[in-house]
Amino acid sequence: MSDTTPTAAPERAAGLPAQSPPVDPAETAKADARPGLSWWSGDRGEGAKRNLGLLATLVVLVVIGILTRPDLYGDASWVWGNTLTILKLASVVGVVTVGMTFVIIGGGIDLSVGAIVAIAGVWSTTLATQSYGAGGMIFSALTVGLAVGVINGLLISYGRLVPFIATLAMMVAARGLAAEISDKQTQVSNESFINGIATTKLLGIPLLVYILAAVVAAGWVLLNRTTFGRRTVAVGGNPEAARLAGIDVRRHTVLLYALSGLCCGIAAIMLTAQATSAQAAMANLYELDAIAAAIIGGTLLSGGRGTIIGSLLGVIIFSTITNLFAINGLSTEAQNMVKGGIIVVAVLVQQVQFRSLTQFLARNRATTT
Amino acid sequence: MSATSEPGRMNSEEADVTNEPLVEAPADTVAGEVVLRLTDVVKTFPGVRALDGVQLEVRAGEVHCLLGQNGAGKSTLIKVLAGVHRPDSGEVVWRGEPAAFANPQAAMRAGIATIYQELDLVEDLSVAENAFLGHEPRRLGFVRRGHMARRTRQILARLGHPEIPPGRLVRHLPAAGKQIVSMARALSHEARLIIMDEPSAVLAHDEVGNLFRIIRELTAQGIAVIYISHRLEEIREIGDRVTVLKDGRTTAANLPARETPTRDLVSRMTGRTIEYVFPDRPADDPAGAELLRVEGLTRHGEFADVSLDVRAGEIVGIAGLVGSGRSELLETIYGARRAEAGTVRMGGRALRPGSVGAAVKAGMGMAPEERKSQALLLGEPIYRNVTLATFGRYARLGFTDAGRERAAADRIAAALELRPRDVRRPVRTLSGGNQQKVVVGRWLLGDTRLLLLDEPTRGVDVGARAELYQVIRELAARGVGVLLVSSEVPEVLGLADRVLVMREGRVVREAPAGELDENTVLDLVMAGSLMEGAPA
Ligand SMILES: Nc1ncnc2c1ncn2[C@@H]1O[C@H](COP(=O)(O)OP(=O)(O)OP(=O)(O)O)[C@@H](O)[C@H]1O
Ligand SMILES: [Mg+2]
Repeated sequence: MSDTTPTAAPERAAGLPAQSPPVDPAETAKADARPGLSWWSGDRGEGAKRNLGLLATLVVLVVIGILTRPDLYGDASWVWGNTLTILKLASVVGVVTVGMTFVIIGGGIDLSVGAIVAIAGVWSTTLATQSYGAGGMIFSALTVGLAVGVINGLLISYGRLVPFIATLAMMVAARGLAAEISDKQTQVSNESFINGIATTKLLGIPLLVYILAAVVAAGWVLLNRTTFGRRTVAVGGNPEAARLAGIDVRRHTVLLYALSGLCCGIAAIMLTAQATSAQAAMANLYELDAIAAAIIGGTLLSGGRGTIIGSLLGVIIFSTITNLFAINGLSTEAQNMVKGGIIVVAVLVQQVQFRSLTQFLARNRATTT
Repeated sequence: MSATSEPGRMNSEEADVTNEPLVEAPADTVAGEVVLRLTDVVKTFPGVRALDGVQLEVRAGEVHCLLGQNGAGKSTLIKVLAGVHRPDSGEVVWRGEPAAFANPQAAMRAGIATIYQELDLVEDLSVAENAFLGHEPRRLGFVRRGHMARRTRQILARLGHPEIPPGRLVRHLPAAGKQIVSMARALSHEARLIIMDEPSAVLAHDEVGNLFRIIRELTAQGIAVIYISHRLEEIREIGDRVTVLKDGRTTAANLPARETPTRDLVSRMTGRTIEYVFPDRPADDPAGAELLRVEGLTRHGEFADVSLDVRAGEIVGIAGLVGSGRSELLETIYGARRAEAGTVRMGGRALRPGSVGAAVKAGMGMAPEERKSQALLLGEPIYRNVTLATFGRYARLGFTDAGRERAAADRIAAALELRPRDVRRPVRTLSGGNQQKVVVGRWLLGDTRLLLLDEPTRGVDVGARAELYQVIRELAARGVGVLLVSSEVPEVLGLADRVLVMREGRVVREAPAGELDENTVLDLVMAGSLMEGAPA
């Protein structure tokens, strides 16, 4: 963020009555307390409403779990353990989804996330890298992820490739390079510190879940409280308006893909730790999981709108479904069909859109009375 | 501004124009019969009572004008008529029968065609496809493309624009061209009532004349027209009766358009009297050091060899027709387009061509011509739109400060009479004129040294317009340079210190505003070879 230089008083706005009163915090507070406008008072209202819907979906899934396996759900310690299992399952994809959410809000798409996780994982587990110890492995995973993301961003913003094409090409190329580096072998991680990331628990909660929480929290702050987040929404919502307002759209696009790549680097470490190894085929189809989670979380595919919390809930819903099938001993095929159905429903709901829905309801009310 | 249609402009193409009526005249229309009557219509949005008991009566063959401040409810009213919104209560009687249009298609089938304030064209369809969108002529299920193109060409010719190819993608048309296409769409229906929501806002002077000619043709066939505009001169010229809205209520109905004194109209609209005047120019020459110097700026097909300068504290106006290269020139100076030749200097330093960032850093700001596509994040709150160019300044270490941004936006909102004043509402819910205030207001924050304004008062009402002029004058008094583009010649002459007249991409005249009058400028803007030798 380049424009952090504290300016003396930007309110000394030209063109306003010179005697314009100083900001009265009390008055702002009063304005905030104005009744009757809360649901649309900014972006948060609509997003929060949608997130409530996602929470409701989650509750339904849990109820299905209780109904199908009352025996398991009778045991409080099993329930706690299972909750942690779901969160752990969500952690790696969750980290990737946070980056994906930024890219999509910024008007793009990143199909290469799974491949970036793979190449970052493979790179950091080569014998050469492992000789530098855990620090070297983490550093190389993050750097590789970041670098691939930057290449994506440069291709898209300066090479003017369509994001879909650029990242599709990167998806193929990065997996290929990962296979080349690993010689199509599974590379075992001998670093106990790395492997410990997956097994360590703090206060009874796995470290992986803390990492997810940290990335989500950082993502939330970045999106909602920083100039970076504001630019992301502007660039995705109306690139021409952003450009004419003096925002460097191209540079910001590069940063968005770099951020996504960095998240993939973090995910690569987490996944390597879980498997105590890395290989070119790891993180298969993560791009689909991450995009799907962001979409059902309410991120608009055309850009300009989305929430981190929604994406998190999307990921958790998916891992809850996976878990539901697992505890009932059902096949993954059926599971994928259900996931597909959920994505369709979510997108349909998005298209109907809140506004037209209320209009529709109002109309029905009008015709029935 | 008197918008007489210029017979000279309708040149050779006139021969091609078929004489069949533009719109099939409804056979059963009796001139003077009341076709539309609204009684106590109410429409609320969450937190806003947009229409609060509206009465309206429209007769066949008349031009019925709607007047009202920004946010008075004019567009909401016509959207109720067009089937976009359903009224909460009240009665709409259309040709003797209570009507409730479930959707825009239903209204169109009933014979109500609408030209909306915000263009609603599909950018990636052709002109003809847009004109006939939703009612394409078909045979055996196939669209009759040839027939459609022919009809479109006919309509465009009647609109005075035979040069717009029906096959061209709408995306590639300039703003005024898009307006023509949306008019063509309304005329492609068999309509008994045509509603026009600020059609003249994006039209140049001569095109308004064209529009009026068409309106007269329509009304002569017994078609009723509802006409919305903030320009009282237009209403005087084309209108028959006027209904005035204020805060969603009818404050006066069926006033005679020509005889009602302006004072009356304005006070019924605003509840007060506004003298529609420009702020006085400072007595002494205000201009200071040179701020902007443009030399030999050229973009092929848009403008050629343009040189101009703006000094600190000076307002320079550019007059010219839509399509004379004014907007393109402004965007090129701002770096949004890359010049093919020539230089732009700010304070003596050459700017990197094609870089908005460099221009903004040098202290430029630009309010672009098209608010929806070029300036606004419609789903975002007002305050975030106001601070879109400045949020970085309110931030500390990259963290935004929404409280300070809201406070700043609040002051802009107060200075420009934004309604509603609550800056946390999404911009999408604002009326057109209020959205325009947001676009201009954005650059009143921060330390802009040179303001490029492209049609800054488009769609802004009489009262707010005076406020805006005042604000621009005050800016200049503080040493800000202003480069103003406007289709309204009186605005250029009244506000600017110095005026450049552009025609076909070239500056044909430069003079202090005091030395020019409206007719001289209009002649310059439109004349052909006659003025070629005029001093530049
Ligand atoms: N979709 C919407 N949601 C909420 N409020 C709305 C919506 N559309 C319009 N409004 C509000 O209704 C009021 C009337 O708006 P409208 O667009 O009808 O004004 P207008 O008379 O056409 O003004 P202008 O001259 O600026 O075009 C305004 O306060 C506006 O903010
Ligand atoms: Mg309007």
